Amino acid sequence: MSIKFSEDHEWVEPKGDDMVVIGITDFAQEQLGDLVYVELPEAGDECSRGENISVIESVKAASDLVAPVSGTIVEVNGRLEDEPELVTEDSMGEGWFIKVKLSSPEELDDLMDESAYKNFIEE
Amino acid sequence: MLTTSLHQMHLDAGAKMVPFAGYEMPVNYPLGIKKEHLHTRNNAGLFDVSHMGQIKLTGSGVKEALESLVPVDIIDLPLMKLRYALFTNEHGGVIDDLMVTNLGDNSLFLVVNAACKDVDFEHLKKEIGTDCNVEYLDDMDLLALQGPKAFTVLERLTPEVDDMKFMTAKYIDINGIKCMVSRSGYTGEDGFEISLPSKHAEELARLLISDDAVEWVGLGARDSLRLEAGLSLYGHELDPYHSPVESSLTWALSSVRRTGGIRHGGYLGDKVIMNHLDKGVKNKVVGIKPEGRMPVRDGALIEDESGTEVGKVTSGGFGPSLEKPIAIARVRIKSIDNKSKLFALVRGKKIPIEIVKLPFVKQNYFRG
Repeated sequence: MSIKFSEDHEWVEPKGDDMVVIGITDFAQEQLGDLVYVELPEAGDECSRGENISVIESVKAASDLVAPVSGTIVEVNGRLEDEPELVTEDSMGEGWFIKVKLSSPEELDDLMDESAYKNFIEE
Repeated sequence: MLTTSLHQMHLDAGAKMVPFAGYEMPVNYPLGIKKEHLHTRNNAGLFDVSHMGQIKLTGSGVKEALESLVPVDIIDLPLMKLRYALFTNEHGGVIDDLMVTNLGDNSLFLVVNAACKDVDFEHLKKEIGTDCNVEYLDDMDLLALQGPKAFTVLERLTPEVDDMKFMTAKYIDINGIKCMVSRSGYTGEDGFEISLPSKHAEELARLLISDDAVEWVGLGARDSLRLEAGLSLYGHELDPYHSPVESSLTWALSSVRRTGGIRHGGYLGDKVIMNHLDKGVKNKVVGIKPEGRMPVRDGALIEDESGTEVGKVTSGGFGPSLEKPIAIARVRIKSIDNKSKLFALVRGKKIPIEIVKLPFVKQNYFRG
């Protein structure tokens, strides 16, 4: 299954076995500007779709990372705590935020594919 | 939404525009806030601050008239010198802060905050008296060139800046454009503010930006630069509910306007402000260094170990020169004096903070 996108500008990459990796899109990181701090949830936390799970701080303002799916957070990218600039430099790779074990895998169907997301941000 | 005469130039430079005080203004350019900030600290940044209010006061008793509205010595302000001042209200609070330049010939030039300029203009019209003409200069723009290379850049265009010191002003023809140049700014760095006719603003901006040392800098970095420099911002450190003494701007209150001074009082809220000066106040405005990397922002409450609220953050964010979060807060003097362990509350977390003296970075003004 290919990578999916949320209206809150997160990407969700399915890794099999109902596991996904979540980060923010390039569009989102460009809008936020230089990031200076990322407050991550803890591995083991539950998240439900629409819930604020992380705070992303740029020089100017704090923004929420909204869970695009529900499940259990199994891993967080601890490097972001000291190197928030990873998100700016490589938002779709090294700058990933969390890995989640989905509790409702069907939620993925509500997310956009790449072309739908491209149209979404061009609106 | 209003725009400045450099609007298209900002768009062409790739600026991200945001609404600010009724204007669409550049918050940052493609370089980004951090790099724009550091460029200003190391080279020279060009800021379009034409949204700010430029006002000219004229009339025979102009200095006395303005003195009736500010707790500052205007009468003895020398020719072509600038002074920082504050419009007060009857409760001793602050309506706005401003820069005053004595242009001579019974004229004063004021630069006021964009968000306050309409209120200031009405305040002046209403309070300053009939002998004084208040003129809003809406056909003038304002450019700021700030940073350690600002002088060299401007000197290439005009040697007239050679003898200028911090807080002085001069009429200078730059490339045939009549400008009012002051050596001042809002970044803590050496630099200039240039007031000029709007119709020539783009021409001067192009001249300045064509210098390799100069980059456009937006309002985002303007705020982080002033925060590091410990400079007050209206609506944050200054507001209608706190006197200048409670905002630690005692240095801006001229001694001749204080108790025992030859022209003491005689401005709105004078009794409150002189009382605060004479008897002291409970709070002061200080620098805050939060532990760790999480920024502590405006409005965050400050508590002591027992959980008692002892202050509030007035401005907070990240200092790109320090690579650390920094903030300014109004805090109970008692809790600073007795060295209580203090915490800022951010999203329910208690972040240990250290109280420090302002500014966070050394001010690099050129005093000659």
